[in-house]
Order: sequence, then C-alpha cells, then structure tokens
Amino acid sequence: MENHTHIRVRELSVYYGREQALKNISVDIPEKRITAIIGPSGCGKTTLLKSFNRLIDSIDGVRVSGEISMNGDNIFNPKIDVTLLRKKMGLLSQRPHPLPMSIYDNVAYGPRIHGIRKKRKLDQIVEHYLKESSLWEEVRDRLHTPASGLSVGQQQRLCLARGLAVEPEIILGDEPTSALDPTASQRIEEKFLQLKARYTIVVVTHILRQAVRLADYVVFLYLGELIEHGPAEEVFKSPKKELTQGYIKGVIV
Amino acid sequence: MSRKGSSKVNTRKVEEQFFKTLMIIATLIIISTLGVILLTVIMKGLPALSLSMITQTPKGGYYLGKEGGILNAIIGSLYLAGGATVLAILISLPIVMYFNIYAPKKSLFVSACRFSLDVLWGVPSIVFGAFGFTIMLFFGLRASLLGGIIAVALLVLPVMSRAMDEVVKMIPRDLLEASFSLGATRLQTAAKVVVRQALPGILTAVLVAFGRGIGDAASVIFTAGFTDSIPTSILRPAATLPLAIFFQLGTPFPEVQDRAYASALVLTAVILIISILSRVLAKSFTKHVVK
Repeated sequence: MENHTHIRVRELSVYYGREQALKNISVDIPEKRITAIIGPSGCGKTTLLKSFNRLIDSIDGVRVSGEISMNGDNIFNPKIDVTLLRKKMGLLSQRPHPLPMSIYDNVAYGPRIHGIRKKRKLDQIVEHYLKESSLWEEVRDRLHTPASGLSVGQQQRLCLARGLAVEPEIILGDEPTSALDPTASQRIEEKFLQLKARYTIVVVTHILRQAVRLADYVVFLYLGELIEHGPAEEVFKSPKKELTQGYIKGVIV
Repeated sequence: MSRKGSSKVNTRKVEEQFFKTLMIIATLIIISTLGVILLTVIMKGLPALSLSMITQTPKGGYYLGKEGGILNAIIGSLYLAGGATVLAILISLPIVMYFNIYAPKKSLFVSACRFSLDVLWGVPSIVFGAFGFTIMLFFGLRASLLGGIIAVALLVLPVMSRAMDEVVKMIPRDLLEASFSLGATRLQTAAKVVVRQALPGILTAVLVAFGRGIGDAASVIFTAGFTDSIPTSILRPAATLPLAIFFQLGTPFPEVQDRAYASALVLTAVILIISILSRVLAKSFTKHVVK
C-alpha cells in the first residue's frame, strides 16, 4: 500500500533567540496514518508540532528557516492565511483547555468563527462531533452548563470534538494523554485509532509504549536533531542508529 | 537530644504565634477603620437624612439650612462617574488587549507603557483637575459635565487598565493557543475568550475605578464646576456629591454640616448599591470561567 505524504518538512530549522531548537529537519508525514514524534524532554518535539500550525509564530524571538508544505503549499509563505491553515488542523494540548463557555459553545466556537450562524446547523454540528468523540451520551443533558465542570478526561474529549468541528484534515496531539488517568488515556488512544481512517494524526509523546500502540510511522528527535524516522515497526524492532536503540531500551532519558 | 529538639520546636511555635497575632491585629485595624468610618457617617448622617434631601434640588438658602436636597449632586455624580467609567473602559480594554495579546512578550514599548500607567496612578487627582482645566481653557470650554467626565476618565484610567492588565496577564497561554489553533484571529480570541475568562477581574477593576471616580472631588472642582440644577446637557456644569459634601461641611451652620454627613452616607450607599448590583448581575456571566 502506498502512502501519500501529507506534510512535507524540508531542512526546517527553528531558533529561539540564539538557541537552535530544531536543526535541519527533513521528514515526510504520511496521510491518514498516525505519526508519533518521540524523544526525550526538550528535544524539540513540541516545537516541530507547533511549527505545523504556526503556533510558534507567537513566540518571541523565533526564527524559522526551511520549508513545511501541506498539499504542496508552503505554510511559511507570507501570503498564506494563518487562520485557514490552523483550521485545517485540530490541536490537542497536554492539558485540556476548555474555553470559558458552555459545552455547546465550546464545540460551536470554531464553526461560529468560520461563519456558521444557523442554530439548527450548529445543533447538528455539536451533536455530531460530540458523538464522534464519544462524549455525547455523557453530556447531552447538560450541553449548556460550563465546560469547566467536566472531568479532565471528558474535557480532553471535548477539546477533541471542538477541534474536529472545524473540519480539519490533520489532528495534532501534544502529549494529549499526559494529564489523564489510564482509562481516560485509553479512550483517547482508541479514538485516535478510529480517526486515522479519515485524518492524518501527528502525536507527540514521551510514552514509548503509547507510541508502540498507536504509531504507524515514527519520528525520533534528539536535542533538536532528527535521528531516525520510518515505519513504526522498523524503528521499534530494528533501529538503525545507536541513539534510537538506546532511547528505546530506556538508556537515554 | 530530644529536649533540645523540643525546645527548638517551641521557639518556632512562639515565633509562628507572634507573627500570626501581628497579622490578625493588622487585619482588625483595617476592619475597624472601615467600621468606624461607616459608623460615624451613619450616626451623624442618618438623623439629618430625609426624603426631601434625596428627591429635591437645593432651594434658595439650602446652604444656610433652609429647604432642599442634593438630588443635583446625586444625579450629577452618577452621570459623571458613569460616563467616566464607560469612557475609561473603552480606552482600557484595547490597551490591555494590546499589552497581552498583540504586542510581543518582551516588548520595551509595553514595559514603558505599564510604567507610565503606574506613574499616572500615583498622580494626585488635583493635578488631573488642573490639567483638564488648562486643556479646557485652551479650547475655550466652560466647566461642564463633559469636561468632568474626561478629567475623571483620565484619573481612573491607570487604576482600571493596570488592574485589568494584571488579570488578563494571568490567563494561561495555552488557553489563547486553544483558540488560535481553531483558526480564531487575535481579535476573536480577545473578544470571545479573554474577556469572558477575565470577566470577574475586569469587573473588579471597573468597580474600583468607579469608586475612585465617584468619590473624587479635586479632579472635578474646575472641570465639572457646580450647579444647583440637574444637568440637562453634557455641555452644562454638573454638581457632584464630594463637592456637595465639601461645600456643606464648609458652612458655619451645624445643621448644614450634618447634611454633609447625610450626603456622605448617600455617596457610600450609592457605591455600595452599585457594587452589589453589578456583582449579582455579573454572577450569571462568570459561571463559565475556567478555574
């Protein structure tokens, strides 16, 4: 089966002031697969992820060289509309951050921003995506209560529904289960495995076993450098580089 | 060994108790000051307070102890402080949003602005009054409600914007990113997420500013003037409660001086009522705040 490339990264370097966070990264993220970005803390995993939706733009003193293209368009092209770019990607962050509004309004926030006003249409969207993230049954009777009243696990699924509601092509997860208990984590992982049929998923994780469970494709970063990347099976079973072997065995932390 | 240990624990306990007592005393001083002020105003003001005082404007000879009331000052103060607060909100919100959402994090310009606001915060209100008066003279304006509103808005702007700034600063970066990552612009994020999340703090800032504005005499003495009638136009002079208190207290007649305390009671009640009302109203808007 042939994999199409969804996100193409070429010679990407990112600097925070004088510090170089990413060094000359080139990698292809396959479409409709789960790609896990692994590596020890501070290796640039999150920087790479946040480069994809240009959230790194808002960091002070950030400089970027190289190219990231999605469907052939360079995302650093100054002519590109960042809001449209971000609309194509749903982000799940380390801790769920529900917006200060009701459950309903959280899911409807994105669609409303992008111009959907009709109540009936919004109702449909909210129901659909809450079902999609398996939250509907738990919240259908309290859609208009504050989202902050949900448990952390529920909040993360709400954030997933909120991200899906803008109809992205890609789901980005920045250690999306790190604040969750094992059961809640498992539900998110199950969701990812279902969603990869329709979305390209990129997950940053420091939990190796999670990467093994989820990933089709693995990108291993170490101190801002891309050490190894390839299909999950190859990387985990027969890593080519010593650093990767060490990390997988748990020598490098 | 064990004795030594226990004696050490003992001194630490005494130390702890000593400072705790100091803290309680400090707290009691504040509370009792408030209590004594309220008590004085109520005890001296309540007997002199009458319905006619809050429903009538001063008749001839009011300041000599004759008929009339301070409705002119009550209405004038509400107009003035209300107008100034609204004006200050309209200026503060953009400042705060620029500081925290638009400007780069370590912007020198923003630091300079914050510093200027802090300095302005400390500027005495009479200076704002004198400044406003100079500007009005330059433009050939007379003392008016508008002049007062502008002077008081400038007076409360630093308090309001810095208080809002501190709350908005506390909003986690990730919450903003959650909104950005859905494709929201900064303006949408500011209007729909930041304002909601910071609403309790914004409200406090507004109330503090309103309280300072309605209670200030020095900034309005030249700019808003004083009149015995209720202002009918924004270009007419307006009476204010602090000045009404000042004028009444300055007369040699004890019964008029008592009315000053009654006026102070009215001023305190106005502030109290508005604070409580807005908190009750805001409760329904702040339930969504993410803790």
